[in-house]
Amino acid sequence: MNPGKARGEALVSRSPLSFYGGVDPKTGVVVERGHELQGKSVAGKILVFPRGKGSTVGSYVIYALKKNGVAPLAVVNEETEPIVAAGVILADIPCVDGVDLSQLETGDLVEVDADRGRVEVLRKGGKPQGF
Amino acid sequence: MYLTRDQERMLEGEEGEVVERMFRLLVRLGELYGADRMIPVSSCQVSGVSYKSVGEPGLEFLEDLAGKGARVKVRTTLNPAGLDREGWREMGFPEDFAEKQFRILEAFRRLGAELTATCTPYLAGVVPSRGEHLAWSESSAVSFSNSVLGARTNREGGPSALAAALCGVTPRYGLHLEENRRPTLLVEVEGELRGPSDFSALGYWVGKEAGGEIPYFRGIRGAGTEELKALGAAMAASGAVALFHVEGITPEAGEVETEGLERVRVGRREVEDSYESLTTGEEPDLVVLGCPHASLGELSRTASLLRGRRVKKPLWICTSRRVKEEASLSGLRGEVEGAGGRIVADTCAVVSPLERMGFETVGVDSAKAAHYLPGLCGVRVVFAPPERLLEGILG
Repeated sequence: MNPGKARGEALVSRSPLSFYGGVDPKTGVVVERGHELQGKSVAGKILVFPRGKGSTVGSYVIYALKKNGVAPLAVVNEETEPIVAAGVILADIPCVDGVDLSQLETGDLVEVDADRGRVEVLRKGGKPQGF
Repeated sequence: MYLTRDQERMLEGEEGEVVERMFRLLVRLGELYGADRMIPVSSCQVSGVSYKSVGEPGLEFLEDLAGKGARVKVRTTLNPAGLDREGWREMGFPEDFAEKQFRILEAFRRLGAELTATCTPYLAGVVPSRGEHLAWSESSAVSFSNSVLGARTNREGGPSALAAALCGVTPRYGLHLEENRRPTLLVEVEGELRGPSDFSALGYWVGKEAGGEIPYFRGIRGAGTEELKALGAAMAASGAVALFHVEGITPEAGEVETEGLERVRVGRREVEDSYESLTTGEEPDLVVLGCPHASLGELSRTASLLRGRRVKKPLWICTSRRVKEEASLSGLRGEVEGAGGRIVADTCAVVSPLERMGFETVGVDSAKAAHYLPGLCGVRVVFAPPERLLEGILG
């Protein structure tokens, strides 16, 4: 989706993410009320979520996250829709789409090679399922 | 996707970092939607102009772009801003908000955009002709230009419209292609519709039903610019309708096939349903007309309703700067102001910081405004025809 490479800890959301109003552009913390990532920071993470939602201003929020030094290292999506696509391109954040997210869990050490569209789990670090 | 040699050069960064990134954005969007190539656009209309909508992230982004010396390649106008550039102080717009808003407008000016901040560019000097390709983002303007003018544009987001403006092209997919402009739903209208607000109410109901379909209306008579503008705006607010056809009226209606389409029948009941379901308040302490921005004709009709009387509550009629100026010269502005009303340019209630200005219940004659105001401005609304709203506040 957008080229680049990154390695880091995964932060995984099973539900779509709205950047506008959903992520604080100054701190990188998810602020959408009731969202499964509420209170967590996307800064320095491999941010994994199925797709974006909400206003197209979300693209500018992704850009602001990068500018403020609190952007994710890379974005991994099932489907990168136009809001996130515009955001990662404007902010120059590596992004891979068309990924089966069920293999990824928060805490996994993940390597993203967006030039080849590949995502690899180097070490499982997530809590065991059902825990 | 096929790219010309010039376009490949943009992608390689020969026109600088901004153009490279913006063009990459267009290429990705094109790939996402299956475009085969880029097409030149004759004009762009960019949303995300009000500081209330884009906030600090948008402001910083636009200032960065302008600071890097980016310039638009085609005629570019803006969606409404968060205030009237002239009358904001008098109207009680917050000072800190105004400071940010003027910085956004200044960034757009440096980018080469015209500061025509309106949702109705087609009433303010940008009138595309049939078949012209555009990259517009305001949903009601997208609907009007596609449906009534027969021009061709997808419903762009703020960033993609800006990218098209800076690169001069847009990916060729969706409504740019003939085969995607055919109707997918037949809407049979029964009974009489009176004025733009009835069309707005009807459109709201149809938009909910239609979602992303392309409606073909049968049974509508005597709809002019204002009625079609209201109909399209409402369908784009409650649904994602970016193109509609009206039998005997819109330019492509005569050339499309309607056989075998799913049908829906609408009339007075659906109009009344929208008036009722969107109304959440009782007594407006502010009446706002002009969503989408009022035409000179609408201003003139409102002025005649006000003649010889005076409003007891604030009345705003939102419009483009161009129409406001014409209204000043023709004396209409004097008539409205003489009755205690105000013609407000460059902005509208939805994108203005209304929630900070002490209003609780707003009367509107537009389903689109009624749809967005409670969520975006934290107010209650009364949705009714303009005569009824004015009757309630006239002394």
